[in-house]
Amino acid sequence: MEKTYAEINARIKAGKAVVLTADELISLVEEKGLSQAAREVDVVTTGTFAPMCSSGAFLNFGHTKPRMRMQKVWLNGVSAYAGIAAVDAYIGATELPEDDPLNSNYPGEFRYGGGHVIQDLVARKPIRLKALSYGTDCYPRRELDTTITLDDINEATLFNPRNAYQNYNCAVNLTARTIYTYMGMLNPRLGNAHYSTSGQLSPLLKDPHFQTIGIGTKIFLGGGVGHVAWHGTQHFPSIQSGDGRNLGPAGGTLAVIGDLKQMSPRWLVGTSYVGYGATLSVGIGVPIPILNEEIARYAAATDHELYAPVVDYGEAYPSRTPGNLGYVSYAELKSGKIKLNGKEVPTAPLSSVPRAREIASTLKQRIEQGSFLLTEPVQLLPSPADGRTANFLKG
Amino acid sequence: MSPKRIVLRFGADISDKPVIYRLVKDFNLVVNIVKANVNPRKEGTMVLEITGEQWGEGLDYLRSQGVAVQDLNQEIIRNEDKCVMCGACTAICPTGALFLERPSMEVHFDGDHCIVCQLCLKVCPMRAMEVSL
Repeated sequence: MEKTYAEINARIKAGKAVVLTADELISLVEEKGLSQAAREVDVVTTGTFAPMCSSGAFLNFGHTKPRMRMQKVWLNGVSAYAGIAAVDAYIGATELPEDDPLNSNYPGEFRYGGGHVIQDLVARKPIRLKALSYGTDCYPRRELDTTITLDDINEATLFNPRNAYQNYNCAVNLTARTIYTYMGMLNPRLGNAHYSTSGQLSPLLKDPHFQTIGIGTKIFLGGGVGHVAWHGTQHFPSIQSGDGRNLGPAGGTLAVIGDLKQMSPRWLVGTSYVGYGATLSVGIGVPIPILNEEIARYAAATDHELYAPVVDYGEAYPSRTPGNLGYVSYAELKSGKIKLNGKEVPTAPLSSVPRAREIASTLKQRIEQGSFLLTEPVQLLPSPADGRTANFLKG
Repeated sequence: MSPKRIVLRFGADISDKPVIYRLVKDFNLVVNIVKANVNPRKEGTMVLEITGEQWGEGLDYLRSQGVAVQDLNQEIIRNEDKCVMCGACTAICPTGALFLERPSMEVHFDGDHCIVCQLCLKVCPMRAMEVSL
């Protein structure tokens, strides 16, 4: 059995496509078996809603009178990178206001940053734009202090260089002091364990060999429509193994792009991690076309078959000491406690499963209504077989 | 005189000390334990109503023993518009007032179990937990 994108899109247009969320596919496979499910289903929808650093937006403000080549730009006091062109800037999710006390009063609060600016923009709130320049013959203006809204400016393009991490560490703290990390507050001596994927609903966990997701893949992004632009930074896909068992994929990432003007503040949320910094939580949903039974089998992987490595963020992670404390399944993580070093450790997610479910359902609805067709990638992303590995800095 | 409501928080090193007994015996206080909890890490929280003339001295004694003492005149509320139900608060809330319901994985807040320690205000990534006076 093989299906093509064209055949699936024809069925979507005819209102005949069978679209299931990843959760629903798992139930169908349990009920009817894999082969039957693969034949029946055309598309499986996935979803994730979690803090995703390496996010940001390109903005073109439009020109002032007289003209200005903006050299330094601030949005609500948060610096945006203006070394692109006269009135273009990039606001990054983790940028902080210049007068932020940071961690000088440890642990810092980081209540507002680039991610919050993006959420305020997309919520159509007025944003204070300040800019400085040195003045040129063609761009004489040196100062600007004004207010913009998302609708006033020419373009606002969300472009996130690394999102939708395929899998992620389960973070714990083996030291005797409380630590504040991008995985949240971790209590001493294995006081808690935090993890951050939606498990069996998570997009890249359902296509481990990147057989369907590639450049151009149309996705749910920030409440609107976006596309996969490229593989994400630090895209090092692999299949984890331990004790001779397949423990599911890890390491893949996506670079995604979309028009910010059609997105929603419900799905782009400014986020603050005490003692760490600010970022942006992003809602992403990827449709997986069931082209054959193998793709269906991967898309039907359950929380019992997908594993996260447990990593000590007290000592091993900051010092970049390789290795981990073992692997735990997402089924165990979602149960609320795991066993580590003979101790029962309470677990908590940083990734919202109710929101991930809502994304998968919304995407399913859009496809069923015929308003969202699948895009065949112009090029697939590097897969585990390509053997990409990380480089590290010396010094 | 109406009773004073306070929240006590203490570490594992104090959990086995009879500090409440000393409040009664040494400071002649009438004590009503409204809520008490010792979590698996042996950290304790307690909500007390105390009445008696020497309450100030009693609280000084508790502080000298390393007990954190806080007035209970505040209430924690969850801003439902801001909460995205991620769950980041649920392994940190010491009393389980913030918890995940399974299998929906929805985050619920049971104010009856809240002891206003305010840890959730700090750790909520969306700053959805607020103090109401």
